[in-house]
This record gives sequence, C-alpha cells and structure tokens, in this order.
Amino acid sequence: MTDWAIAVTPPRWRRWLLAETPHSRLQARLSRTYLSWVTFARNPLAMLGLIIVGILVFLALFAPWIAPHNPIAGDLGNRLQPPGESHWLGTDQQGRDIWSRIIFGSRTTLLIIFMVAITAAPVGIAIGATAGYLGGKTEAILMRLTDAFLAFPKLVLALAFAAALGPGIENAVLAIALTSWPPYARIARAETLTVRSTDFVAAARLSGASDLRILIGHIMPMCMPSLIVRVSLDMAGVILIAAGLGFLGLGVAPPQPEWGAMVSEGRTQILEQWWVCTYPGVAIFVVSLGFNLIGDGLRDVLDPREG
Amino acid sequence: MTQPMIEIEDLSISFGLGKDRVDAVKNVSFTVAPGESYGLVGESGSGKSTILRALAGLNPFWSGHMAITGQKLGAKRPRALRRLVQMVFQDPFGSLHPKHTVDRILSEPLTIHGFDDVETRVRAALDRVGLGPVFRFRYPHQLSGGQRQRVAIARALILEPKVVLLDEPTSALDVSIQAEVLNLLTDLRQQLGLTYVLVSHDLGVVAHMCSRLSIMRTGEVVETASADELSEGRLLHAYSRQLLIASRGYDTAAIAAFGDF
Repeated sequence: MTDWAIAVTPPRWRRWLLAETPHSRLQARLSRTYLSWVTFARNPLAMLGLIIVGILVFLALFAPWIAPHNPIAGDLGNRLQPPGESHWLGTDQQGRDIWSRIIFGSRTTLLIIFMVAITAAPVGIAIGATAGYLGGKTEAILMRLTDAFLAFPKLVLALAFAAALGPGIENAVLAIALTSWPPYARIARAETLTVRSTDFVAAARLSGASDLRILIGHIMPMCMPSLIVRVSLDMAGVILIAAGLGFLGLGVAPPQPEWGAMVSEGRTQILEQWWVCTYPGVAIFVVSLGFNLIGDGLRDVLDPREG
Repeated sequence: MTQPMIEIEDLSISFGLGKDRVDAVKNVSFTVAPGESYGLVGESGSGKSTILRALAGLNPFWSGHMAITGQKLGAKRPRALRRLVQMVFQDPFGSLHPKHTVDRILSEPLTIHGFDDVETRVRAALDRVGLGPVFRFRYPHQLSGGQRQRVAIARALILEPKVVLLDEPTSALDVSIQAEVLNLLTDLRQQLGLTYVLVSHDLGVVAHMCSRLSIMRTGEVVETASADELSEGRLLHAYSRQLLIASRGYDTAAIAAFGDF
C-alpha cells in the first residue's frame, strides 16, 4: 500500500484513481478496478498469460494483414517444405503455409471460446443462483437437471451433435456449451447458499426488494468472482475439446484452417515431416497455458474470501 | 388509551418439526407505545433476536398475534407496511453488501419504494448520522466498524419508518464507539419520533436507552420492568437479579453465589 505513496508525486490520473474519497459512482468503480489490476499486474505469470491471450486476440483480429500467405490456396509444387525463409513454419501436404494457417486458425479458436463463455456462464449462474436462493422444490428440480447434464461426457455428446446436425462451428459450440454450464451452476449455488442467509440480504428484503432484484443485484455479484476464475480456467479445456473435435473432423469444414484439424492432417507423416502437426500442437498448448495462467492470476485477485 | 405502535400477543416461534422441533419463543406478549423505546434482554439463545426477526418479517414461522399501528401482520406483508419497520443489525461487517457503495446501499430502498429526490435524501441521510458527503461513494471495506454501523442506521431510517428494530446495535463495536452510536440512536429517536425495540444482553445499554424492558430466558418472558425499577435494582425474579449483578462486572463472591436456571 505504501509503495505508491513513496513515489514522487504520482501522475494526476493515478491520484484520481487512488483517491480515498471518490466523488462519483464512476470514480469509485474505476478505482476498485484499478486496484484489482495492480494486484493482477504484480503477478508475472498472470501477465505472461495475459500477453499470450493478447497476442492471440491481435492475430485473430488482424489475420489478413499479418499472415504472409493465403491460408486456403495451396501450391502443390511446394508440398511439405521444411521450415525456412519463405515459409517460417514449413508447408503442409497441400503446399499451404502453416504459419498463415495457424494465424487464421486462431479466429476459430477464439470464436469458440467466446461463444462458449457467453452462453454457458450466464446459464450456469442463472440456474445455480436461482436454485440456491429459492431452495425447496425449485432447487431439487434445477439441481437434478444439472446433475443429468453433468453426467454427459463432453466429447461424446459433441460427437453425437456433430453426427446429428452435421459438422460445423455452431454445432461444436452448442455441444461444448451444453456440457459446460453444470459446473458453473454448482459453483453459483454453493456461493448463493453462503450469501442468502447474510444480514445484507435480510436488509435488502426489509427494504422491500423483490426476489429478482435480490438475485440479480445482491446475490449474483457475490457469485461472479469464483465464476470468472472457473470460466477462465475452463477455457483451456474448451480449446482442447474444440481441437479434439477438429482432429476427429467434426469441427470447421475442411479447407478452413483449424488447429485440431491441422494436427490431424499431419499425423500420417509425423516422423518425416514433423512440423506439419507439431506447430499447430504448440499453438494449442501455448494458448491453453495462457488461459490457465490468467485464471490463476484472477483467482489471486478475485478470491471472494478476501472480501 | 392511544393506539399502541406495536402489539404482540401470545407470540410463539418454533423451528423444525417432530422431535427436532425447537420452541425458540413461547407465548410472549408485550405492547410498545408510539415513541417509546422497549428493551428485550437475555442471554444468548433466549429468543430475543428471534422475536425481532419475526417482527421484521424475516421469519415466517410464527403463530399468535402481531400488529403495527393497528395493522395486523400476516405471512405476506404489503410493501407500504414493510416500509414502516426497519432494522439495524448486530454486525455492521455483515449487514452491508461488500460490493455496493454507500450511495447504492442508501439509494436502492428509495428506488424500490418510488421516492423522488433520491439525491437529496441520500445526502440528508448521511448528514443525519454524522457522516459527511465524502463517505458517499466509498465501499464498506473503506469504512470503520462505527462508520459502517452509521451507514446501516442511515439505511434503516431512509425509508422514514415508524419502528426501528435494533439487534444488539453496538455489541460488535469498540467500547469507545459504542457510546457514540447509542447517543446517536437516542437523538434520532427524539428528533424523528421513532419507536425502538432494542435487543441486548447488556443491561447497562438497555437501562440507558429504554423506558421499559422484558427479561427473557429460554423463550419466555421472566419479568417485565421499567427503567427506574432496573436502575434501582428492584427486580423480582432471581434470574433477573443475577443478570443485573453480572452486568456490573466480574466479582468472585457474586459469581460463586450464582445458581443455575
């Protein structure tokens, strides 16, 4: 707490953010966010994770400008070239540049992660918090439903979906999201059980707040920290499942680049032309690691028991 | 006779069913006049806080008769009636939402009840409890225990209630802060014409704050006395007298003479 006080007159924006007495709602909120960021930034591994994911986002956004070659059009005269000057990571069996395909493949990965996060997490928190808050029959029904979904193996359900609905990114997302929300519901319920009997919830009830207002305004904010941590740690798993689906040919339609499918294409010549499946594999590994590091860092910042 | 502010008749509260059933409160009756401050005293588990929570509407498992300003309390109470009874909790660290600013804590009840002039009312509420506008956008973790309890009092008063239920409002505070908060509560009652029901295990606090009190033990009222009777030590029941001795501090001879009730 004192190390910023020692610094010779911190810049004005910093003094504003660290003010003991905020003068508006916005300042209070930003100040809180800034303090969390300071804690997060102190953790070098978490920052490494953030940099990795930052690079991933950057590559995905600017793929057409960054990629040196066309990721889809192959040059059959240039098949299976080893890594070199014109093709940094070599070419695959259709003569396509692997580095360019990895760059474009990041879009698929990021899209799947994003879609799963914005579908599974809200469903999980809504079901879990409602069950925990209302209790009784509602809780019994909602939690047995959760248990039923928890019993589905992710990859098998994803396979079934892809088989029934055809391969494609939407079906992959649907399958992953459907099997990802139950753990979030359980976390949200557990947090809700500890929160619902607190005096601040009793005070909200005394002030005439409806159940919905208490759920959304008072209980869900208390569930968010552990949920955010869990979601960011789960992202690595989502990437692996997405890659697994791609490997089995159930992800993105073939000419489009996808990391799992790229590993799969190279597996017949894994010893002779190792680069074909190694580099996409490294990409999957690095990005999964990045999300795990961020999750660990967030856990340190958002630990709900810190208050 | 004027209409009593609070009427409680034959109130019983129990938890659990069958052989797990615990009767927390048994056939308790008392009335509180408008503007009066009434004390409920007793050791932990005597049912005093349970009565308060039932009166606040936080515990639906009660039987008997309760009325506020003559309006009978049922299982569901209308919002307008709910507004009349507010509560200050024992632990100021648990009664304020850790992720809400003081501003939100105070303005949310106003929004719910459709008050206008939220801005002015929030400022006035902070002013009334001796907290300046500088505290308005702070989070609870940026406040001391006494400041938090002041915010909790401001929240209880912001809906302009008639009855304020005080559940050991100072027992979680430093001794030096306790008197400040008690004096604040006394002043506010006089200024706003509030009716208090104060729960405490501390006879000193009750003697300071209340004009009448009930002494409770294992869910029953042992004795009802006035503040004068309490300060003069004219208590009839042996348990009450023992509680009074205990409140005067530790004394080996007195402790040795204690009986089990």
